[in-house]
Amino acid sequence: MNTIDLNVPILGQNKTSRRAFLQGGGLLLGFAMTGMGSKTVFAATAAQVTEAEVIAPFEPNAFIRIDPKGVVTLVMPMAEMGQGVYTSMAMLLAEELEVDLDQVLLQHAPANDALYANPILQSQTTGASTTIRAFWTPLRQAGAVARNLLITAAAKKWNVDPATCQARKGVVSDASGSLHLGYGELAEEAAKLPVPAADSVALKDPKDFTLIGTRAKRLDTSIKVDGRAEFGIDIKVPGMKVAAIAISPVFGGKPKTVDDAAALAVKGVHQVVRTDEAVAVIADHTGAAKKGLAAAAIQWDDGPNATVSSADLIKQLDEASRQPGAVARNEGDVEKALAGAAQRIDAIYQLPFLAHATMEPMNCTVHVQKDSCDIWVGTQVPTLAQAAASKLTNLPIEKVKVHNRLLGGGFGRRLETDGIVHAVKVAKQVDGPVKVVWSREEDIQHDMYRPYYYDRLSAGLDADGKPVAWTHRVSGSSIIARYIPPLFKDGLDFDAVEGAAEPPYALPNIHVDYVRVEPAGIPTAFWRGVGPTHNIFVVESFMDELAHAAKQDPVAYRKALLGHNPRALGVLNLAAEKSGWGTKMPEGHGRGVSVQFAFGTYIAQVAEVEVAADGSVKVNRVVCAVDCGLVVNPDTIEAQMQGGTIFGLTAVLHGAITLKDGRVEQGNFDTYLPMRIDEVPVVETHMIKSADAPGGIGEVATAAVSAAVTNAIFAATGKRVRTLPIDPGVLKKEA
Amino acid sequence: MAHTIKINGTAHSVDVDDDTPLLWVLRDVLGMNGTKFGCGAALCGACTVHIDGVATRSCVTTIDSIGDSAVTTIEAIGETPQGKALQRAWLDLEVVQCGYCQSGQLMSAAALLTDTPKPTDADIDGAMAGNVCRCGTYQRIRAAIKQAAEA
Repeated sequence: MNTIDLNVPILGQNKTSRRAFLQGGGLLLGFAMTGMGSKTVFAATAAQVTEAEVIAPFEPNAFIRIDPKGVVTLVMPMAEMGQGVYTSMAMLLAEELEVDLDQVLLQHAPANDALYANPILQSQTTGASTTIRAFWTPLRQAGAVARNLLITAAAKKWNVDPATCQARKGVVSDASGSLHLGYGELAEEAAKLPVPAADSVALKDPKDFTLIGTRAKRLDTSIKVDGRAEFGIDIKVPGMKVAAIAISPVFGGKPKTVDDAAALAVKGVHQVVRTDEAVAVIADHTGAAKKGLAAAAIQWDDGPNATVSSADLIKQLDEASRQPGAVARNEGDVEKALAGAAQRIDAIYQLPFLAHATMEPMNCTVHVQKDSCDIWVGTQVPTLAQAAASKLTNLPIEKVKVHNRLLGGGFGRRLETDGIVHAVKVAKQVDGPVKVVWSREEDIQHDMYRPYYYDRLSAGLDADGKPVAWTHRVSGSSIIARYIPPLFKDGLDFDAVEGAAEPPYALPNIHVDYVRVEPAGIPTAFWRGVGPTHNIFVVESFMDELAHAAKQDPVAYRKALLGHNPRALGVLNLAAEKSGWGTKMPEGHGRGVSVQFAFGTYIAQVAEVEVAADGSVKVNRVVCAVDCGLVVNPDTIEAQMQGGTIFGLTAVLHGAITLKDGRVEQGNFDTYLPMRIDEVPVVETHMIKSADAPGGIGEVATAAVSAAVTNAIFAATGKRVRTLPIDPGVLKKEA
Repeated sequence: MAHTIKINGTAHSVDVDDDTPLLWVLRDVLGMNGTKFGCGAALCGACTVHIDGVATRSCVTTIDSIGDSAVTTIEAIGETPQGKALQRAWLDLEVVQCGYCQSGQLMSAAALLTDTPKPTDADIDGAMAGNVCRCGTYQRIRAAIKQAAEA
């Protein structure tokens, strides 16, 4: 269990209990703030996530703080949104620092690209399943540097060679084992030593890992089972008011008339605020704010997008996709190979707009003062939030403080700063701090959506059924062009074609291109699984079509094209074996497979589905075989396989955002359906042991699962699903 | 108007409109933030509390409907044998990911175990299908409820 034994010695020699220093003063504000529920069994469990910024004498780098009492604080550069990185990042640090996980506190990093940028994404951004890939080396180095300094400090005191000393569980010992000094006792001395370069220290051989690779318990969970965890929405600041917000129901619209008096007549309402595109009601509590917002009876000027509809956007995509796009890959001679093929297959695949629908609705608390701006929020992009607020307030960047918090789900939604921008615009007009909380309807109707994609594919097979030509044209909005303009080059969005441009298969003649189509009146953004979530569905479905056209088993067909790719072949073989591929299924049931290489990780999934006479689909089992290189925490891999699969299944079965009269037609969980406990399958995870560098894991299963399901539906019914979400009407058995 | 409600054994007096949802009284007026806002329409279960032991969506329960009933929230559920066993199982089996929905999940599960100490899968589906988890922790929630039931 993830509790702290209060009787374990702290990191000093004096055996003072952890409780003693936790009670010992105002050092750790986080504990004072989380001390509610005093009679529960977990009250004694100290929260390991601290909201306070810890200052300690020994700060050898941006990630480690050790104070004279031996409190080790690890500063978490990336955001915790459920994916488990607060634990896995701590494991990387603790492995080299030589402390146990129950000896550490975790602190949210402040916004600072210079100190905390993700080396892959080059900013302090948590996304694209990069955390472990990006910080695998830097965090271990940070731990090793600190350990070296602490050992050197001890050796100096004892006047011995540092090489003869060793560190374990936060204590340095000499060669004889008779001298010991805790990290706390060494902190001040170690702080005086010159800090070696990060890459100058030797890292452990993986065979000597004692923490990495273990099923270490998560460090953020004890506070999540008794209500103590502080998400962005839980911020309490003295003098804070709350706000309910209504944003123009049509993107690009603005408020026309507002009944301020009616809103202000509601008990507890203080103020009505207008921004360019929204109205907010400021009150003592959200109940009053919402009531006031309803009373305000806002009339909107819908603006230029008042007539936008999904049907028009799809028509626009269909037309645009008939013209060639920016070339992502071109090998061999596709036209010639297609012309000479024994068999040609053409298909159009379509994927809908999707909302993120994080469980914690969008919210942000802001206090704008004359010379400062404080922002409390759970965000994947603290430095972008800081920059956006600096621009809006005309305050220098260092005057904007972003206090990051635990995220109640991210899935890419919190890579955007729109919610922060709305809140700052409101807060600029409010005297004192204000917490802006979106209703679920606002959250779903003012998301920034996974783009609608419209894909055209063609393939040619030779007489043996082998693919000799493959073309894939992706059409849809470019998120990269908006989000990272310098990386949008020559009309090509690398994210939009990720998973399409480099299928793992041997395809001798391949042409992949991209047509950018920006739909009016609906903003688009990254969604869990980014490019691969769309492309793997298309590629793996089409590969299944080819296997069928070749009259071959889908697994055998893929295997024949993966001879050059041992890791992909490895996961496919494992998934087939563990799923019982090839064994008979009852009538109306089917198995489908998908294979993927994305985020630095290989996965194969086999889904088992059951299609009823009325066309309804039940997914009974999903077998995941995953090779994500060296595993930091196998339990996290399993959790992400389970959760990622469910996230993908929700989309494939239920997920669609549609537009009519410029408005998003879905509003809450009755129209934008989440998967619930009574419809989820059993998800099994099988890992391949690997010494390769770690791959990403948070989005892997989400991206891979759609095609496994629709391929299974084909096996069960003979019907090919080329448009998501699955429409049971199409699968209904004809009477 | 003023309302006096009993929460986790303590009486609290609050001055809000009669139709104010209990959720906002807990969170914004009393500062008890363990109970979460998810949908405002009894569609996701994040705001689940117990009213006289019955799992209730606080986002659609008005303050004037509570009267003398006892309200129990996530902050105190660990004082009950069911709540305590569930919290232990939740941590043992590492149910939690982002954790935002888990207050509501635990409250629904605690009410289930009180009524049905040895729930079947169908019982679990029936009691828990009102609680949404976007992280997809359902498989572990089911296992943890079963483990807690054996405790």
